[in-house]
Amino acid sequence: MTTTATAPTRLGYDDLPRLISLMTGDEKHDAAATSTLDVLWVLYDQVLRVDPDHPDDPGRDRFLLSKGHGPMAYYATLVAQGFFPESWLADWASFDSRLGHHPDRVLVPGVEIGSGSLGHGLPLALGVTLGLRAGGNPARVVVLVGDAELDEGSNAEALAVAAALGTENLTVVVVDNGSASYGVPGRIAERFATEGWAVTTVDGRDHRALAPALSARSAARPSAVVAEVRS
Amino acid sequence: MTAPSPRRQFAATTTALLDERPDLALVWAEISGQYFGDAVRRHPERVVNVGIREQLLVDVGAGMALAGMRPVVHTIGSFLVERAFEQVKLGFAHQAVGGVLVGSGGSFDVAAGGRTHQSPGDVALLDTVPGMHVHAPGTAAETDDVLRRVVTGAGLHYVRVVEQVNDAAFPADGHLHVVRRGAGATVVALGPVLDAVLAATADRDVSVLYSATVRPLDVTTLVSVAGAQPVPEVVLVEPWYAGTSARVVADALRDRPSRLLALGVRREEVRRYGTPAEHVAAHGLDAPGLRASLDAFLG
Repeated sequence: MTTTATAPTRLGYDDLPRLISLMTGDEKHDAAATSTLDVLWVLYDQVLRVDPDHPDDPGRDRFLLSKGHGPMAYYATLVAQGFFPESWLADWASFDSRLGHHPDRVLVPGVEIGSGSLGHGLPLALGVTLGLRAGGNPARVVVLVGDAELDEGSNAEALAVAAALGTENLTVVVVDNGSASYGVPGRIAERFATEGWAVTTVDGRDHRALAPALSARSAARPSAVVAEVRS
Repeated sequence: MTAPSPRRQFAATTTALLDERPDLALVWAEISGQYFGDAVRRHPERVVNVGIREQLLVDVGAGMALAGMRPVVHTIGSFLVERAFEQVKLGFAHQAVGGVLVGSGGSFDVAAGGRTHQSPGDVALLDTVPGMHVHAPGTAAETDDVLRRVVTGAGLHYVRVVEQVNDAAFPADGHLHVVRRGAGATVVALGPVLDAVLAATADRDVSVLYSATVRPLDVTTLVSVAGAQPVPEVVLVEPWYAGTSARVVADALRDRPSRLLALGVRREEVRRYGTPAEHVAAHGLDAPGLRASLDAFLG
């Protein structure tokens, strides 16, 4: 990491509730109510090879937030990791802010895709993975989807092809907070496994379980991590 | 002379460009696979068939663009543009990445296949996407020319490859070409309608302009030619929905009184099968149909 005389203080996991409260305006807001919080933190803190000083480095790992709804934990994590200043949070979603209720890659350093409409992240991530592979770039691609988001049919199209093409640098993390209508227990993991993905199911709050699961790769096939969040 | 097929030309040109440009990718969805064998064999990492999955087709192309590749994305126009429209709008345009979308079939190629395989609304729909360039090559040579320009260039492009062709090819340089200069009205032919336009206007003292570039439309040349009339009379002929380009022409002539006749595919479903030529005639876009419309408009 580059060292400068004015290097900002690196923030940590414990700072996330305060950062999130800058957006919600609610000092009592329980950051743990955000289902993606722990997955995001573990990814940026321990798994992804990204550099906030060089957010466009061609060799960086790509993280795509497909589930663009409720991006407070995402923005808070990016601030804590040094991608943009904390001062951006206070007026978020205002006309003059770069931060909206759904993120825009053109406006926010470190954001790889503009999301909001569900069902695009995984297909785009497959394309990014194939593009990097064709260019001989070994970077990883991690995409976060929600369990209800998997209801979008576009994911089914991507799920089958990603496995068939052996995209071992692609990881999907499904933050499963049981929000899908017509959900069936265990079905998400079974769907990925049936298509040929390497699948792990972990507690989506447990950092010690998330880190190895999100770091793992399997030869010649993509990986899926089902991160269960029930509280 | 039998004109070569623009769709075969698309495949041949794309295959050649894949050899020339290591950052070019081709993403397809079963359609036209009979023409892509060489490309698949030579560039298996960059030539990807996603199966019958059009939403994925477009987003995979966009994702490859996000990874720094220049993607060519192809299937039948109706599935590429209408079924996967949000992928075009968000995967490409909203992410601010470029690519080349190549739609085949157009309004008439699959006449016997019925409405499901026809996309007369593709240009109007894509006209809602910011920054979209639209090309309608009228010959195989123009198809080659357009593809080489847009693959090498930047931005987001739709290339409408259909089997109706004109006799003569013009440079796909973005300009309206003055095919004939007359003292009267200005007839603008976009894409493969030029032969019918020339036949329909053979005995009229009109100007005929032609371009394979639909967006952006070269209104500078249009105003220059049409402006020779005290009150410009413009007849617009396009082989997709009538009126698709009327707003562009009207805007270009907003500073003066003018008359505009916008010809193209009618909005209502014809619900007939048959041949492309029969459908062209059913929409009044063959020479007799155009002549009748011109007679009524120009007197």
